[in-house]
Amino acid sequence: MSTVTTPKTQSKSGSTFTAKAASYLDERTSIGVAVKEFGRKVFPDHWSFLLGEVALYSFIVILISGTFLTLFFQASMVETHYDGPYVPMKGIEMSAAMASTLDISFSVRGGLLMRQVHHWAALLFVASIGLHMLRIFFTGAFRKPRELNWVIGFVLFILAMAEGFTGYSLPDDVLSGNGLRIIDGLIKAIPVIGTYLSFFFFGGEFPGTDIVGRLYMLHIMLLPALVILFVALHLAFVVIHKHTQYPGPGKTQQNVVGYPVLPVYAAKAGGFFFIVFGVIMLIATFVQINPIWNYGPYDPSPVSAGTQPDWYIGFADGMLRLIPPGWETEWFGYTWSWNMLVPIIIMGGFLVLVAIYPFIEAWVTGDKREHHILDRPRNAPTRTAIGAAGVTFYAVMWAGASSDLIATHFQLAMEGVIHTLQALLILGPIVAYFVTKRICLGLQKKDRSIALHGYESGRIVRLQGGEFIEVHKPVSEYERWTLVSYHDYAPLMLRPNDDGKIPFSRRLRAGFSRWFFENRVVPPTQGEIEQGGHDSH
Amino acid sequence: MTLSQKKAGKSGRRHPLATVALVAIGLLVTGAAYTGFSQTSATAEVDWPTFSQDESNITAGEKLFGANCATCHGLEAEGTDDGPSLIGAGAASVNFQVGTGRMPLAFQGPQGMVKPKQFSEEETLQLAAYVASLAPGPDLPDAKYLDGSGDVSTGGTLFRINCAMCHNVAGAGGALTEGKWAPPLTGVAPTHIYEAMVTGPQNMPVFNDANITPQEKSDIISYLKYLEEKPAVGGLTLGSLGPVAEGLFIWIIGLGAVIAFTVWVTAKSN
Amino acid sequence: MADEATSNSKAVANAHSHGEAGASAGTAVIASDAVQNPGLPPHRKRVTDLNPKRAKRAERTVYTLFYISVAGSLGSMLAYMFFPIESGELWQIRLSTLFIGLGMALALLAIGVGAVHWGKALMADHESIDVRHPVASDEETREASSEIFKIADEESGFTRRTLVRNSLLGALIAFPIPGITLLRGLAPQDQDPVTLLKHTLWDKGVRLARDHGGAAVGAPIRAAEVTIGSVFHVVPENLANAEDVLNEKAKAIVLLMRLDPSDLKVSEERKDWSYDGIVAYSKVCTHVGCPVALNEQHTHHLLCPCHQSQFDVSDEAKVVFGPAKRPLPQLPITVDDEGYLVAQSDFHEPVGPSFWERLK
Repeated sequence: MSTVTTPKTQSKSGSTFTAKAASYLDERTSIGVAVKEFGRKVFPDHWSFLLGEVALYSFIVILISGTFLTLFFQASMVETHYDGPYVPMKGIEMSAAMASTLDISFSVRGGLLMRQVHHWAALLFVASIGLHMLRIFFTGAFRKPRELNWVIGFVLFILAMAEGFTGYSLPDDVLSGNGLRIIDGLIKAIPVIGTYLSFFFFGGEFPGTDIVGRLYMLHIMLLPALVILFVALHLAFVVIHKHTQYPGPGKTQQNVVGYPVLPVYAAKAGGFFFIVFGVIMLIATFVQINPIWNYGPYDPSPVSAGTQPDWYIGFADGMLRLIPPGWETEWFGYTWSWNMLVPIIIMGGFLVLVAIYPFIEAWVTGDKREHHILDRPRNAPTRTAIGAAGVTFYAVMWAGASSDLIATHFQLAMEGVIHTLQALLILGPIVAYFVTKRICLGLQKKDRSIALHGYESGRIVRLQGGEFIEVHKPVSEYERWTLVSYHDYAPLMLRPNDDGKIPFSRRLRAGFSRWFFENRVVPPTQGEIEQGGHDSH
Repeated sequence: MTLSQKKAGKSGRRHPLATVALVAIGLLVTGAAYTGFSQTSATAEVDWPTFSQDESNITAGEKLFGANCATCHGLEAEGTDDGPSLIGAGAASVNFQVGTGRMPLAFQGPQGMVKPKQFSEEETLQLAAYVASLAPGPDLPDAKYLDGSGDVSTGGTLFRINCAMCHNVAGAGGALTEGKWAPPLTGVAPTHIYEAMVTGPQNMPVFNDANITPQEKSDIISYLKYLEEKPAVGGLTLGSLGPVAEGLFIWIIGLGAVIAFTVWVTAKSN
Repeated sequence: MADEATSNSKAVANAHSHGEAGASAGTAVIASDAVQNPGLPPHRKRVTDLNPKRAKRAERTVYTLFYISVAGSLGSMLAYMFFPIESGELWQIRLSTLFIGLGMALALLAIGVGAVHWGKALMADHESIDVRHPVASDEETREASSEIFKIADEESGFTRRTLVRNSLLGALIAFPIPGITLLRGLAPQDQDPVTLLKHTLWDKGVRLARDHGGAAVGAPIRAAEVTIGSVFHVVPENLANAEDVLNEKAKAIVLLMRLDPSDLKVSEERKDWSYDGIVAYSKVCTHVGCPVALNEQHTHHLLCPCHQSQFDVSDEAKVVFGPAKRPLPQLPITVDDEGYLVAQSDFHEPVGPSFWERLK
């Protein structure tokens, strides 16, 4: 106890109270250290940096609305008869899970609202994770030291999809029940262990009476715990690494230019939480989602036209639909279901590639330095083109899931839609790759031209000799910096090692390096700029 | 407007809004006249058993048939390469196909589409009476099965088992093979729903009265009307198409709004 | 590394230093004549910095928004109290949801917009700069940590005492195994999944009955009731007595149709499986198990709505489109002496999706 002061009543009683409270807390927690360290921590400002926050905030909304739902939901498959106000379901035998979901929707004030908030927030959660991940990819924010954070983020993406899937299967309705049926079919197709895995998952034959309870445990306990753990790690790393920033005048690899947490980000990011929550609430107020009373309780017999999973599982459903007929063989007396195994392998491979991409690129460039300045996507043409191809691949699989709805809405035959998507699955990414790469290179050339010659001002001037020229407005040194400050990589030159040989891994790396960096636009140097770029364009 | 023009209005010259008023009156008058003179299936109360036995109706129907249907269905309704035989199709088939505008077909394609009706209520019934006279077949439904007094709970269960796989759980329609589709059921008259069930138009299966009894058909119709008339408790239904519509909405409107906000939050203040 | 540098550059490390000194730049080209960073551009003052009246207006906007938020919260609470839903009327539930939600949305958006506006327009917006240090801890710290591990190793003898170390590893690997073994309890101990998958409720003499949803079984079906173009959704008559009704139903659902016998291609071995054009097929898709419920009367195609597999009823339900491979198993049926359709036996192969041991 350092000082003993008798508190004097002052007109500004707030400051005395705050000071005393702060002191009380600090004496027990050392919180002053945290305040000093983080209170004025600088974060850079760009709209694309808020996408991760959208994900975080939707997760918080999910937690809040989900907690409300757990107060009323019964995760039991014990049969009961619905006796609530919704007339078409009255008297129908259904599980307690379905009945309690109907009660939440029709008999609890604000219950339907909270259900809709929860489900819409879940859709937004996964969508914003995806968009955030794309931002990280296209700006190269996954480079050292952030490779681990990329992997953590990838795990979070998978966890979020798992949360969504387990969540919408809880009401035990026909739509999600058929989804579980499909998962059961997929599991059964796994060689050797599939039949037994299915038995384990469902506690016996499908559908059994255990699955809702088990998914509930996963959905409200295990998976959220993992999500919270990984989110904490993810954010801790952002603090430790400090946030990346876009290239710009005054921004270097050794600084962070932006605004401090207190008070600016507390206001902006804090306010943004309320905005995201508000947007979700607005949508949940006006737009219906997952009307389980239309689908009815799960029964293996009925099915709805237009049976699709929630959007983030769409790519898997679409992949299943795009497999051509007859992909199953019988070898050595066993059944090999390639129509399941191929989608699993392709999707698994795609996801693995996404997860390890930072390590691949680091191997190709050999660059072991830390990177805190982001790439403008055009300045990494091959990476951006690969990303565009990946997005196209994912999007075609996703579109496959709604092949029947595409057919009805555009008055096409579903067979034609499916055949087109099958072709696009292969051709689409290839075309997207080439088009994107060319666009990036073109944009880089334009940037170079602007850096060297300035903007076309639209003013045409006639010179003394009769020649017409367009006046180019020179670009300020601040704008020019953004245009020219990007990394330039040259393809790896192959030289024999000390044994006089060139190992295969070296050849492979040189091959990738050539692919990545052979076509490139070199940033102009200071000399070229001073010359006005007379000999180069 | 100059002072002189304003004064002109007061002295009996045409008021500037006179044209507007004239158009409005014209619209009202023609609208009322149209409503008064046009007949809908709801207002026409026809005693079908009498109507269908009346020779004049059957003859009128035969004439209409010859002029509009025989090219594809044959002069004796025996069928040709372009259209099936209607002998035994019954009045129900005709009332459904002609009453929903599907027939006469505009073109040969995967499926006949709903389009504006070509015949009046009376003409449709005359055609039906003619076809019914050719051979016994499914008859027009009894009005007591069409009034929506059935049990919606039973109706919903039967609808999900027998109908939802093509028409979607909310009757929003769905895809069939090779460019065909099961149409949405919203806005379809109860009598047409019944007739479709009992005749199995085009590729829709036949749900005869042994399969789904008349009372069960009434339950299904009552359920569909319940869905149509009651408000959607959650708000906009997005066409009742399920997760696809919801996913599109969240990406386009949800994320769109959120990203618009992110741009605003991080933009430099003016 | 000679092959990392290209001919026209010198590795000028500090011009582009990224983190720890001496980290390899890989194939990066570091130009000796690169453009230099011009530093931060001059700060531009905002309207609210220059014009005190606008600043006051911004302030007014902010606190008005916060008060609107309070109003929204209050409104939402009042909506909860004054829009009852206990009557069960759907429009009441709609209005209650609408007004509670609208109040909340207003409350949330108003705080958010107000706080952001405060941050943007009123809070000091001069750009702050923090210094970045390399992520790696400094040399001193790394040496100290390495020293700590060395001491710990010496004091414990961890690397030296190999038997101790290896047996510890073994024990740590072994101890979770009983826990994992407990998970065996997720599946029943006394049932074999493969056997169960090969049998359904169908058996000789079991009548085909109408499916009335869930465990409800309708009346058995007479052959005479099945007219050409009809489709019946069928369950075994004894379904309601089964121990696990939905489990059995998931294997036993059947689609019953009648075709003109001349349209039906019947193979020799199945010639008595149908009855006068009436055929019965398993409704469980051989792809991943959704109900193949869509029946096109004239094309004789069955369509599964989940992944668009199509089966031809007139040709033993073989696959004509889509990702399925195997035809739908056919239920052999006949008619009993009262005219009701009955099964002659169980299916001759397991129904539903393929699995590894399907042929065993």
